[in-house]
Amino acid sequence: MSAAPLLEVQGLAKRFRGLQAVDGVSFAVPRGGIVALIGPNGAGKTTTFNLIAGVIVPDSGSVRLDGVDITGLRPDQACRAGIGRTFQLVKPFAGLSVLQNVMVGALRATSDMGAAREASWAILERLGLADKAESAASSLTLAERKRLETARALATRPKILLLDEVMAGLRPTEIDQMVRAFADLARETGVAILLTEHVMRAVMALSHHIIVLHHGQKICEGTPEEVARDPQVLECYLGHAPAAGGT
Amino acid sequence: MLFLNIIVAGLLTGAVYGLMALGLSVIFGVIRVVNFAHGEMMVLAMYGAYVANAATGLDPLLTLPLVTLALFLFGYALQRGLINRYIARPEHEQFLLLLAVATIITASLLMGFGPDARNVQLDYAYDSYQVGGVLLDKVRVLAAGGAVVGAAALWGFFRFTRTGKAIRACADNQVGAQVVGLDVKRLYAVTFGLGAACVGAAGCLMLLLVDVQPYIATDYTLLAFIIVILGGLGSMPGALLGGILVGVSEAVSGFVIEPSFKSAFSFALLILVLLVRPQGLLGRA
Amino acid sequence: MSGLSPRGAAALGLFLAAMLVLPLFANAYIVSVLVVVLFAAYFGQSWNIMTGFTGQLSLGHALYVGLGAYTAAALFVHWGLLPWVGMIAGMAVAAVAGGLIAALSFRFRVGGVYFALLTIAFSEFTRILFGHFKWVGATEGLFLPVSNLTHDDPLRLRGSPTMFYYLLLAMSLAVLGLSHLLLNRRIGYYWQAIRENEEAAASLGINVFRCKVLAMALSAALTAAGGGFLAFYDNNLYPDTAFAIGRSIEIITAPIIGGLGTLFGPILGAFLLTTLGETMTSLTSGLEIAGLKQWLYGAALLAIVALQPAGLWPWLRRLLRLEERRR
Repeated sequence: MSAAPLLEVQGLAKRFRGLQAVDGVSFAVPRGGIVALIGPNGAGKTTTFNLIAGVIVPDSGSVRLDGVDITGLRPDQACRAGIGRTFQLVKPFAGLSVLQNVMVGALRATSDMGAAREASWAILERLGLADKAESAASSLTLAERKRLETARALATRPKILLLDEVMAGLRPTEIDQMVRAFADLARETGVAILLTEHVMRAVMALSHHIIVLHHGQKICEGTPEEVARDPQVLECYLGHAPAAGGT
Repeated sequence: MLFLNIIVAGLLTGAVYGLMALGLSVIFGVIRVVNFAHGEMMVLAMYGAYVANAATGLDPLLTLPLVTLALFLFGYALQRGLINRYIARPEHEQFLLLLAVATIITASLLMGFGPDARNVQLDYAYDSYQVGGVLLDKVRVLAAGGAVVGAAALWGFFRFTRTGKAIRACADNQVGAQVVGLDVKRLYAVTFGLGAACVGAAGCLMLLLVDVQPYIATDYTLLAFIIVILGGLGSMPGALLGGILVGVSEAVSGFVIEPSFKSAFSFALLILVLLVRPQGLLGRA
Repeated sequence: MSGLSPRGAAALGLFLAAMLVLPLFANAYIVSVLVVVLFAAYFGQSWNIMTGFTGQLSLGHALYVGLGAYTAAALFVHWGLLPWVGMIAGMAVAAVAGGLIAALSFRFRVGGVYFALLTIAFSEFTRILFGHFKWVGATEGLFLPVSNLTHDDPLRLRGSPTMFYYLLLAMSLAVLGLSHLLLNRRIGYYWQAIRENEEAAASLGINVFRCKVLAMALSAALTAAGGGFLAFYDNNLYPDTAFAIGRSIEIITAPIIGGLGTLFGPILGAFLLTTLGETMTSLTSGLEIAGLKQWLYGAALLAIVALQPAGLWPWLRRLLRLEERRR
């Protein structure tokens, strides 16, 4: 890991009609790092994602990726700058095949159809979707759709992958599979991962570093062990809601 | 003074336009289907009033309740039997469906009455009132009055009746309405019926002012679109405001520039509003 | 999208061969009907790029037919420009118009039904405007000189219906080939991604705005080329027919019936609807009942949308196994 972080979020803030959704949040994701953004519902996790990915423009604060200021870019520009993201509510291209879905992402990096097809196959194999490549995206199960979201984002060759609750609704065995796939992915390709997740089992197993948000503010960060011991976190988050799967 | 007369005439005609467009707005606001057969239903109502007049000699204002009821039933049956199956389908399929319905309505009228223009003879057709120097045509005053009564009745229905409130709940949150046990299918059918009833009444009133022939249906459909988008698709006061705006703008541009330009002016107004305020003048953002 | 199966390729070959030799055997009436079919297929295919591939419902494509027709015809009448040159000029005019309408709409976030109604508004506005445009004859109409040539002159677009038939067939095949090509390139993937989900498309680095404007400009330009050709086939132009909303509706009916967004849907729909219309005409011609033909036509539309709402081509290709099956 080099000294300068890959993603650097400084004092990010966004207000919606009187509600301070994100309130001066700062954190960093190192190269190849896996960082989790956790917190109770309404803590501002998805808003933070949307601020980073350019879906909404922050009121103040900045986002830097690989030394480049990407604050306030449009989603497509953010993607081209190196941000790959999934959606909490999956948005597959239902009328296209699974392979075509991923190729749309792969075509960000190359205009050669053959190259895009090959790259997409490799990603589908990595995420265990290769045998579904020719199926219509609309025929996939929820778990498969979540993997398809990830595959599509990954195909754009991002520097960092933003995963918004990709484990929600999955069975424990499926979660373990996904955790392994992501850990391998980060190790082998060097892509950094920023994830939000309610499934604590996955968060604890996967992340190197955890940031806890509450009411739009960062209340704590550290290694999984540190965060799990933090009294403030236990109080506001884990204390009230014993997480599924346990820690 | 002549100019003021023209504005007032446009205003009164606009009220009838407003009632017609109100039907389109209600249907879209609740069912989220654009009724591409709206003008055809309007013309159907005009022929209904024409037939009633030809058979009995009764004033369209007197047969209005009957025609309105007939259109309500037509709309109710159409939604229940046909359109309801398409409410979750893509826009272009809904478009094709209603295009087919529109084609059949126009063709039926053509088969029944031929392409010639028809009208009703009223003994007060040329009467007028003089109010403070402004000349008001009696037919326009009656038509506008009827339109206002019709719109008020619809407003009262949505405001005070159980069914009306249920429909509003349905428009706000369809799934929620189903959860609390509302019969959404029936409510949709009632809504479409009400939308059709609006054009039923508007058609009778319009027949006081203009001739009817099968082919003018498309013009009314377009007119209704312009009005509801001006006022805000789904907004009831917006439809009335839009109707009056278009009525006045047609009258004024027809007078100041030339008659053939009057709808160009409305379209220009529509384009402007869509680009500056896509949700319409009174629509919710 | 997916390729043709051997059966499908054979069927396409047979179909093409039939189209090529038909005029040698058919009488003038059949050729004139086939020209109508090809116009419907050509316009439908052009419109399909905007609505079928990119998912933006345009209900005002008559605008581009009219612009193409008037540009080519006026340049010929006033300045003696060759029809083909005029058609290229018309394509440019329509591309600019379509691009502008799309840019205005999408910049202001006008979408869905609102966009559809906006396209009608622009088309109708232009129709009324051309009714006052003296240089192109206003409501009096614009007429192309009819010369009694004994031979076909494809360069000047003067000649027999059979010549128009073959030229139009070539144009239709060209636009079919272009559609196929684009659909299997990056831009085609991007268009379809936008059709399926704009937000997801943007998150994958697609400049949604630019792709939609491009689709509209291209669709408009192709439509206008057909419009220019139509002007030289009809030899007369009136604003009320060139820009008619009825024409916009005709343009979109064939591809929807055939199967929106598919390659062969527009052709299939064009054949079906034209044949249907002609059959209705001949069935009802002896009866002299005004409206009967339209009534039957409407009933047929209703039957198709009730039975095969996704269009006939997807159904037919399953039935006859014309495309390679996906696993």
